[in-house]
Amino acid sequence: MTLIAAERIKLVSTRSPWWSAGAAVLASVGMSALIAVTTAKDGQIGTVASTQLGYVLGMAVVMLMATLAVTTEYSVGTIRTTFMAVPRRGPALIAKAIVVGTLAAVIGLVAAFGAWAISLVLLPEFDLSLAGPDDWRHVAGVGLVYLIAAVIAVSVGTLVRHTAGAVSLVLVWSLMAEQLLQIIPGVGTTVGPWLPFSAAKEFLAADGSADGLLGAGPWGSIAYFALVAAGLLTVSIAVARRRDA
Amino acid sequence: MIETRGLTKRYGETTAVDDLSFIVEPGRVTGFLGPNGSGKSTTMRMILGLDRPTAGMALVNGRPYQHLKDPLRTIGALLDAKWVHPNRSARAHLRWLAATNRIPDARIDAVLDQVGLTAVADRRAGAFSLGMAQRLGIAAALLGDPEILLFDEPVNGLDPEGIVWIRQFMKQLAGEGRTILVSSHLLPEMALTASDLLVIGRGRLITAASTTDFVESASHSTVRVGTLQIEELTGALRGAGVPVEPDPEKDFSLIVSGTNIARVGVLAADAGVVLTELSVQQGSLEDAFMHITGHDIEYTAGGSAEGSDRIPALAGAGRWTR
Repeated sequence: MTLIAAERIKLVSTRSPWWSAGAAVLASVGMSALIAVTTAKDGQIGTVASTQLGYVLGMAVVMLMATLAVTTEYSVGTIRTTFMAVPRRGPALIAKAIVVGTLAAVIGLVAAFGAWAISLVLLPEFDLSLAGPDDWRHVAGVGLVYLIAAVIAVSVGTLVRHTAGAVSLVLVWSLMAEQLLQIIPGVGTTVGPWLPFSAAKEFLAADGSADGLLGAGPWGSIAYFALVAAGLLTVSIAVARRRDA
Repeated sequence: MIETRGLTKRYGETTAVDDLSFIVEPGRVTGFLGPNGSGKSTTMRMILGLDRPTAGMALVNGRPYQHLKDPLRTIGALLDAKWVHPNRSARAHLRWLAATNRIPDARIDAVLDQVGLTAVADRRAGAFSLGMAQRLGIAAALLGDPEILLFDEPVNGLDPEGIVWIRQFMKQLAGEGRTILVSSHLLPEMALTASDLLVIGRGRLITAASTTDFVESASHSTVRVGTLQIEELTGALRGAGVPVEPDPEKDFSLIVSGTNIARVGVLAADAGVVLTELSVQQGSLEDAFMHITGHDIEYTAGGSAEGSDRIPALAGAGRWTR
């Protein structure tokens, strides 16, 4: 608990997390508003799931924040101060992942409900009520996805250490690489189900009847996404423990 | 107490620290002396568990750093004053640090006061001058009220005021009975603060001695004696078994080593030689240091220790970057 308290003080005592939180929420809500407006114009049907199509933008900002939470420590040297104070690097990094992940989840929930609420206002003619578990998954699930994405970003930041490299890797992977891989003929269908960010998307967007990418439904998809994050975190801790700080 | 046993660190081909074994005695200021790049910082990083030794071990109170519970309460360190987040206030920096080791918040105000940063505690650390950053670093080191303190080149880059402050502060900390290991590449600085010295060059321990002994043994003092009767005096001194050399800097002058000023005077009087000068030539601390580390270079590298190339060889040879 003391480590979590320390990481919490670290995170909230600089301004960048607050800027990131604001930007992430604004991006998601803004995208949702845009989608709502065009939906109304084009005569398409608005659904609860379609209010969350902008989640990727907010996720990118959250991952940026989570990556920087680690790489800034490496660039300014506080990671060494941290490891001097907490020589057991595993718990130190897990505490950071928990704190950053929690903030990411809160940002996700605020962004998602904000996006849903603005669509509710802009699209009064559609039924956007949160009627069942699937509707709740579409919206509240964004918090879970942001949390796991933040853990992935913390892990990549720990592995790469340099801000530019880690940020590029995280953003290119989550925003571009997976989509590009899927459109390669032959390869796409084989690797597609195993791409973690596609699994996260599947979890958020799938309707209740879908089998999901791995045939285990949306909750199977998110479990897989979480498994990838846990694996990456484990690897990054193992590497950080071996490396000179 | 800090102890290293056969501590070794290699980066590829470069050996930064080479089979280093020493003990830092409790309750004293020990100077860790060596040229830039001689392995002082790397040794300190290994003591603090930041770098893994290639071989050997470093122990703090008989245990590896990693096994200390709440290490900041046992050992505090200032390795680099810039290791703070520039947008975080000094107080917030100390707050998270205190939280990691269950140090009560009251200590934060206490150490801020101790280093004289109370007035600027809520300013962002990025706006601090080097002197202020150094004070913050010392505050962080003192946070857990540790019995052992490690400072890496604490006066580097400071203005005279800051240097005097650090010097007095270290004496005060030592007076409180703390164990202090402070590194420097400046022997005069160490002579002012440290009672013991660990001298290293190229990652190897050259000597471990008290500061007084080190300075005395290393700086062989000589006697300069001036006379118009060079031949007679030389003969008289050599006859008494005293080594004599012509003075390279002055005519009608000799440099006498291995004896004291009184004996030279007596021998001159016995030989009926009139002296125009009789003075002790004290070797400088830098000379002492170069003398000793120079020998080490000669020994390890097999190269020449003659002339001015000794200095760049020393400064450059052990340099590695992280």
